[in-house]
Amino acid sequence: MAAAPDHAPKISRLSAGQSAAKAMPLLLVPVLVLLGYLSIGSTSSWLTLTVSGLAMGMMIFIMASGLTLVFGLMDVINFGHGAFISVGAYVGISALIALETWTGASSLLLNVAAVLAAVAAAMCATAMLGWGFERVIVRPVYGAHLKQILVTVGGLIVIEQLIQVVWGPDEIFFTRPETLKGAFTFAGAAIEKYRLLAVVFGLVLFVTMRLVLKRTKIGLIVRAGVQNGEMVQALGYKLRLVFIGVFIAGSALAGLGGVMWGLYQEVITAGMGEQMMILVFIVVIIGGLGSVEGAFIGALLVGLLQNYVAFLEPKLALISNIALMTAILMWRPQGMMPVVKAK
Amino acid sequence: MSDTILELSGIHTDIAQYHILQGVDLVVPRGGVTMLLGRNGVGKTTTLRTIIGHWQAKTGNLRFNGEDITATPTPSRARAGMGFVPEDMGIFSDLTVEENMILAAVSGPLDSVRMERILTAFPPLRTFWRSEAGNLSGGQKQMLSIARVMAEERQLYLIDEPTKGLAPAIISTMVGALRDLKKEGASILLVEQNFAVAKALGDTAAIMDDGRIVWAGPMAELAGDAGLQERLMGLSMEAH
Repeated sequence: MAAAPDHAPKISRLSAGQSAAKAMPLLLVPVLVLLGYLSIGSTSSWLTLTVSGLAMGMMIFIMASGLTLVFGLMDVINFGHGAFISVGAYVGISALIALETWTGASSLLLNVAAVLAAVAAAMCATAMLGWGFERVIVRPVYGAHLKQILVTVGGLIVIEQLIQVVWGPDEIFFTRPETLKGAFTFAGAAIEKYRLLAVVFGLVLFVTMRLVLKRTKIGLIVRAGVQNGEMVQALGYKLRLVFIGVFIAGSALAGLGGVMWGLYQEVITAGMGEQMMILVFIVVIIGGLGSVEGAFIGALLVGLLQNYVAFLEPKLALISNIALMTAILMWRPQGMMPVVKAK
Repeated sequence: MSDTILELSGIHTDIAQYHILQGVDLVVPRGGVTMLLGRNGVGKTTTLRTIIGHWQAKTGNLRFNGEDITATPTPSRARAGMGFVPEDMGIFSDLTVEENMILAAVSGPLDSVRMERILTAFPPLRTFWRSEAGNLSGGQKQMLSIARVMAEERQLYLIDEPTKGLAPAIISTMVGALRDLKKEGASILLVEQNFAVAKALGDTAAIMDDGRIVWAGPMAELAGDAGLQERLMGLSMEAH
């Protein structure tokens, strides 16, 4: 085979400005944390709020990560994602209540085993629900955005009503397992044990997802499918199967997020998923469609900003995330790290 | 084994409200290069996309290795032995060159001997092996798209305008790579606007107009008949 003409190809180095612009989304979280510190003044309050914000961000990320891949892979707008959050919370918390003897014991091992059992139950239930939801509700409306919105919102409402039929219309209050209750003091700040656990759990999940997406063939197929699904199919991969897998995994993650959010709030309602979807959509949009890294940064920004603003100016807390989304979209209309371009 | 690898009979394809292919009859012989020629907008790209399955034929029949594949989905067509290089190259720009190649090896890990041959033919791909494909130049992206389809042995290569917008030196590399594929006994259906490339590579040719094949025959016959070229493809002598 003849070689390509001899030349010395090179990729020019990015200028300092270009490098800074590329890294800017990564800098937003530390910059926000620093601004929070300067605005709050008290180190202990800042530390408490930061851990709380990071924990909230991690839980939102867990709920949003599957949705952004579903958006990117198959261009599907799934408003029904909120139903998986609620169902996950109800199944998981029901399991925890059933394991009362384990959660009430002062043994860390038993408590963690109870939480893991609850998480497993929630993820299995929402994975199966996701599989059914894709087959019955989403599959007939591929490529039709308006219909997707209508039927997935319909699916969300039906599932919320079914939750009320099964578990009753009232919210369910409960307490966390014994060893996850309370807080410890660090540098004068009260840090809730559960929030710290949520931060660690979210980080582990993010690293795992990145490893799967970057280091495995299935991860490569998913990343390539988000960019150009047609070409992935032309190479011989059944993208539909990949999509169903991602949809099921995304639903299971939403269920996991639901359990974690339920444990965070210590109360669950049928509408909790629907309420969380506002934040989840903000995170997916500002992160950039199809981007897990973007969703991670976006979720941390949303969690931290909400906590800081609620402390500094409670009346502005409700609009802080909408303001954040507006600012980021004015700066980067496709989101911070878009993988697919918004249509 | 039959002498025909691919046969299209009366293929009609619509894109939205547009009736693009209006009864395409085409026979692609096994082994050698079949050039699909014609003016812009006559349906060449749609023909390739219908063959790989990106567009579904409304009516008509598509046979690959004697099997009816009219209703077969794209991934199964690819696994049956079709390789496709689209006009826009279809590069995964956020993936590295290495990751693009790993994905192209559908049936397992990359074959090292095969890879060495490909990288010898396209040295820039070795240079930028771990760089994001989106950072490559147009010519390098085209090299990657051809290299990707060569990562595994295919029975039929469907290649859409591989020389479009490339410098002459890169075009000669592409021609060399395709010629080597041909020597290995591959069957290639090539859409090309550059008539010099078509003459250099083609064994047989088919000319499209208004969504149909209007002429088919040996490339040598078309190359030697300026009147036919002028009449069917609008080629003037300056194009030679």
